[in-house]
Amino acid sequence: MKKTYALRDLDCANCAAKMEAAIKKIDGVKDATVSFMTQKLTIDADDAVFDAVLKKAVKAISKVEPDCEVIL
Amino acid sequence: MAVKFSKKQKRILRRIITGFIIFIAGELIPFEAFPYGNIIELAVFMGAYIAAGGAVLVKAGKNILNGQVFDENFLMCIATIGAFIVGEYAEGVEVMLFFLVGELFESYAVDKSRRSISGLMDIRPDSARVIRDGVHTEVSPEEVKTGEIIAVYPGERIPLDGIVVSGSSSADTSAMTGESVPRDLNEGDNALSGCINLNGVIEIKVTKEYGQSTVARILELVENSASSKAKTENFITRFAAVYTPLVVGLAAALALIPSIITGEWSVWVYRALTFLVISCPCALVISVPLGFFGGIGAASSNGILIKGSNYLEALADAETVVMDKTGTLTKGSFEVSEICPIDISEEQLLEYAAYAENHSSHPISVSLKRAYGRKIDISRISDAAETAGNGVSAKVDGVLIHAGKSAYISKVTGKSCTAANAHGTVVYVSADNKYIGYILISDQLKEDSEEAVSQLRSCGVKQIVMLTGDSDGAAEYTAARLKLDKVYSELLPDEKVSHVTELKKSTSEKGKLIFVGDGINDAPVLTCADIGIAMGGLGSDAAIEAADVVIMDDKPSKIADAMKIARRTKRIVTQNIIFALGVKAAVLILGALGITGMQAAVFADVGVSVLAILNAVRALRYKRT
Repeated sequence: MKKTYALRDLDCANCAAKMEAAIKKIDGVKDATVSFMTQKLTIDADDAVFDAVLKKAVKAISKVEPDCEVIL
Repeated sequence: MAVKFSKKQKRILRRIITGFIIFIAGELIPFEAFPYGNIIELAVFMGAYIAAGGAVLVKAGKNILNGQVFDENFLMCIATIGAFIVGEYAEGVEVMLFFLVGELFESYAVDKSRRSISGLMDIRPDSARVIRDGVHTEVSPEEVKTGEIIAVYPGERIPLDGIVVSGSSSADTSAMTGESVPRDLNEGDNALSGCINLNGVIEIKVTKEYGQSTVARILELVENSASSKAKTENFITRFAAVYTPLVVGLAAALALIPSIITGEWSVWVYRALTFLVISCPCALVISVPLGFFGGIGAASSNGILIKGSNYLEALADAETVVMDKTGTLTKGSFEVSEICPIDISEEQLLEYAAYAENHSSHPISVSLKRAYGRKIDISRISDAAETAGNGVSAKVDGVLIHAGKSAYISKVTGKSCTAANAHGTVVYVSADNKYIGYILISDQLKEDSEEAVSQLRSCGVKQIVMLTGDSDGAAEYTAARLKLDKVYSELLPDEKVSHVTELKKSTSEKGKLIFVGDGINDAPVLTCADIGIAMGGLGSDAAIEAADVVIMDDKPSKIADAMKIARRTKRIVTQNIIFALGVKAAVLILGALGITGMQAAVFADVGVSVLAILNAVRALRYKRT
């Protein structure tokens, strides 16, 4: 399943790259992109683990940039 | 220009102002005159520092707890606190203030450019006026189901794809195709979502739900384009990951080694701090994707959809362009282009042919009837028959007419007949078994096909090749008129693939091969080329699926535009990389030698970012020449 979420207050391109790298490392993630330009997070993961993956991804994002919020 | 700040930007602005006021106070107060002047001075500057950079300190602390060692906030804190420790209070505050001003500018510039890019793609319809039980209700486009009727008033954007059921108007398709000439919309015509209805009220029967409508699909495509990254972009991301640790390492070395040798700790530690200030690779990391995004935006506003920055980058290196014939270089609609009668008038020959072919629904007979232009009086025809694959026969006004292929007519007349220049389909005609001439039906070149080829050449494309399933004669004729380098005709779809693979081998290592087709039966070739461009994406799902680049309005001259946009974008991105790295390197060297201080380093960090962003935005502005 592939889903896209909007991000609020993502204001550093380097952070976006760091987030992307961190999310790609989460188990069960097939592919992920954090687009600084469109302020969007796209996760492609297996349906069965999607919710768990999403939670971890949100955590990974706030670790890199505490101000950045995922709009679910 | 009205400057509008977001909440976060306003917060930064407040910090800058408070910090600055205290800082000015600190500069003006003659601390020497007071007892414990030194301590008061430190306290005042500390106050200014915390007012301005307190939030940065907190953020840096949080990030350290999360294991983000080489975070720009953290490095900035070390640099400024370091300045306090070596006794440069004012400079510590100044650097923090500069840093914040830079952040503010950066965030504002990025916001603004992001908005101007998405403004270009502002084709999303806000609402649909659906007619339910005779009442007009405004609903969101997602709520309209297929089969429902919607009304669109002049000036409104058509929200969903459908068929016009009543009214007539014209539609401005420029947001979708870049084409400024409006399209007519009459009853029975397809109305595409995203276009603007210009003059009359029309009612449309919805054929696709919003999610499947052209406008939604295009928006999705453009928004996802940022996820396929260009090589340069990936390179910069990798570079950024090693750049920061490298500069920090250099800073540590600069602080320790010369200090141990010379014993001048404060001098060298101060110089090392300037290194920390410029250790963030932000200018590069921001401006490269921003440039590509701007290029994709510029292309979209010209009716060229590019599915990712990797394709935009590849377009700049196009060396070979392979084009399909029908539907790409030619209109794909067959028209009578020559009438060659023998012993009768042109009109008479055409009339006989049109009447004889009346019963056939073959495209050839359709174009004959269109060229004839008058209504067919069926009572004049009798004994109509069709010999599959060969031709037709019928009695017209009592005269026995045969029309069809050369072999068919030769058999009827007993004499062989051939047309002089068969660059198309030839219909031979006989009357009462006597050969009376032929009619040539050929595909028409698109208006801008010649321009397309010459533009591609001036862009430096080395080889332009045409592949077609059409006959040798028709292919040679088109290729000669357009002065193409190579032509392969009478090909089956899989042969097209093998020719493209072959041509790909003959391009240089860096050079890319573009294949341009109509996207309907070219899917395998489109995927096999480095870049697959589909024509006529407006309304065609297959093309949007299979291609990397979609030209919305069918014009082959847009290929050269796409290449020009790609080159311009690449040039801007390269300028940014060289500029950012160059300034940083210069400041690093000057900083190490002690010629420039921290203020210059802050400029090298945030100032360069802002300039690079402004430069990247230029990618957005492309004018067709």
